[in-house]
Amino acid sequence: MEETMTQSPAAPATVAGFARALKTEEMVISMGPQHPSTHGVLRLELVVDGEVVVDVIPHIGYLHRCFEKHCEHMTNYQQVIPYADRMDYVAAMSNEFGFVVAAEKLLKITVPERVEYIRVIMAEFSRIVSHLIAIGTYGMDIGAFTPFLYCMRDRERVLDIFEETCGARLLYNYMWVGGLSHDVRPNFAEKVKDFCRYFRPKIKELNDLLSYNKIFIKRTANVGVLPAAVALNYAVSGPVLRGSGVQWDLRKNDPYSVYPKLDFEIPVGKGLKGTVGDCWDRYMVRVHEMEQSVNIIEQAVDKLPSGDIAAAIPKRIRPDAGDIYVRTETPKGELGYYIVADGTASPFRVKVKSPCFVNLSALPAMSRGAMIADIVAILGSIDIVLGEVDR
Amino acid sequence: MTAQNISDMLRARFGDAVTGGKLEGVPDPWITVAPLRLREVCTLLRDDPAAAFDVLMCLSGMDYGGGKLGVVYHIDSTTQRHKIVLKADVTAADPRVASVESVWKTANWHEREAFDLFGIVFEGHPDLRRILMPDDWEGFPLRKDYRVPEFYNGMKVPY
Amino acid sequence: MGLLDQKFDNANIVVTSMDNLLNWARLSSLWGMQFGLACCAIEMMATGASHYDLDRFGTFFRGTPRQSDVMIVAGTVTLKMASRIKVLYDQMSEPRYVISMGSCSNCGGPYWEHGYHVLKGVDRIIPVDVYVPGCPPRPEALMEGLLKLQEKIRSESLARKKSA
Repeated sequence: MEETMTQSPAAPATVAGFARALKTEEMVISMGPQHPSTHGVLRLELVVDGEVVVDVIPHIGYLHRCFEKHCEHMTNYQQVIPYADRMDYVAAMSNEFGFVVAAEKLLKITVPERVEYIRVIMAEFSRIVSHLIAIGTYGMDIGAFTPFLYCMRDRERVLDIFEETCGARLLYNYMWVGGLSHDVRPNFAEKVKDFCRYFRPKIKELNDLLSYNKIFIKRTANVGVLPAAVALNYAVSGPVLRGSGVQWDLRKNDPYSVYPKLDFEIPVGKGLKGTVGDCWDRYMVRVHEMEQSVNIIEQAVDKLPSGDIAAAIPKRIRPDAGDIYVRTETPKGELGYYIVADGTASPFRVKVKSPCFVNLSALPAMSRGAMIADIVAILGSIDIVLGEVDR
Repeated sequence: MTAQNISDMLRARFGDAVTGGKLEGVPDPWITVAPLRLREVCTLLRDDPAAAFDVLMCLSGMDYGGGKLGVVYHIDSTTQRHKIVLKADVTAADPRVASVESVWKTANWHEREAFDLFGIVFEGHPDLRRILMPDDWEGFPLRKDYRVPEFYNGMKVPY
Repeated sequence: MGLLDQKFDNANIVVTSMDNLLNWARLSSLWGMQFGLACCAIEMMATGASHYDLDRFGTFFRGTPRQSDVMIVAGTVTLKMASRIKVLYDQMSEPRYVISMGSCSNCGGPYWEHGYHVLKGVDRIIPVDVYVPGCPPRPEALMEGLLKLQEKIRSESLARKKSA
């Protein structure tokens, strides 16, 4: 059957011949639900041939918390908001934003401009917070522990602002259908500008420490390349799509709220250190997006008009029967809410199209032929949050 | 292209595969398509240069109550500025829909989820198995008539 | 340094009971297992980071259950994950402790009513020593939970057999 090494007289003389003579099999390794680098409870089944990965099969559902079932049983649309928070728990404000924009379109109400500006400021802060965690944990996966602590330190400053405004650090229940739960404090503008002044040099510090570090570049450039056409076919969105060179951001291409009135750029991956669409590109898109978010926040806080944030909150939310699909640009990508109303006070069906779910489905396409250690780098560059993948 | 143009194009090419729709008076106009003809309809929508629907934004399973299920497709074009919604209605007794996984790869996981939570069977899907619930789960949780089991593998499920 | 400073002025022989010494050693270096499931995991990471440092309590997170003393179950336990949690708990060596962090692992949390896939409390499958309420608990709350666990350890006795 197989030739073994002890069959010596006719043993091959060259290494290649030796390799041909050995019989090898593929091995299945389970990067199980509890793993320091899988960003949550994700199980990856790796089919490996030696050190090279032949196939990756993700198994999800370990955090399926029945969000869609809860929506159908809530007696009020406002009660869905705390559950929406808990999907992408790292950037909770963005989930709320998507839901309230969808509900308001269904009800055909418009909110005061002050509410719109505050929502945009909170959404951009939440983008900064999410990217800080993404970058910090990505560095930790690659092996650099210090940037993680620096990112968490900067994140605490933003959480202080959130806590002053609505009382919570991580899960806020802040954006309500028709308005907000609390108005911002009188010293809000000053605190926000302080933070922006503090944070810009920190991005430069992060770049010096991690982004242009030779070892980091060696681990992430040319790894996990996702071509643009494949990305679109997999409906990938967010920094993963922009890292592949596609200029597509909902804040510009399908705008909502007051984004058309603000001036900012969309960073796109260009393959500066390797190939377009590799892990380094996706990572740098996130770093540049943080800079752009600071720009947006400064403009929005300058333009913040006065007004009453609770003026448009409806007493009774009972939309007419119909359905609507609204998508917003969260830090992870395109979050879509498909709400079907049936004329009663609770939603008939809420379907969430989660960007992390879709981005994760593209993982096998990005990682065939990579080494096992590269899988960690690729998974970190997609930036998934299992609460959103599993809902 | 407006929703009317798209509907006309589909009717011209596929005739009776287009079974209805609501093309105006709603924020998201939709076209109802016969469930088993979906793959050809979607292939045309993706490949036709005037339509160019290259992204499947969302695929939702639906339970309308009374044994009626359905699937709703939201598709978008990154090059042309238009979107459209396709709906396919089936019954719980015969929940078969043609899979569009060969048209848009993203449908792979979305269809597995619709199968897992609603029991809609996608014909032509390469690997139709549960994705969110455990493999030995019984029942389809998001259906309106679903009853939560008392125990699962020795663990009490309700509070 | 509260136990050690100003206790040694000119003597360098300490007399204490074995229990005191062992308990003090164990509670001052509780190595936790990195086991974040959901949102509470982010607060656990924030507690371990530099602002609300956990390292000053001697706690830092290990990746494997074989090397850890305490498992902080942070987040919602689903039915699919429950068997894995049991396996991980069984792999920890005694003496081992469990802190249930957050409403979801205490009692099912916000998903108690309609969550068909949520286990209503991790104490249905493993024994829990300390429950930390909150959704998510603040880092200070988690630290209080850890200190309560330390108090519990201080009153234990390894000489008496611990009931399973």
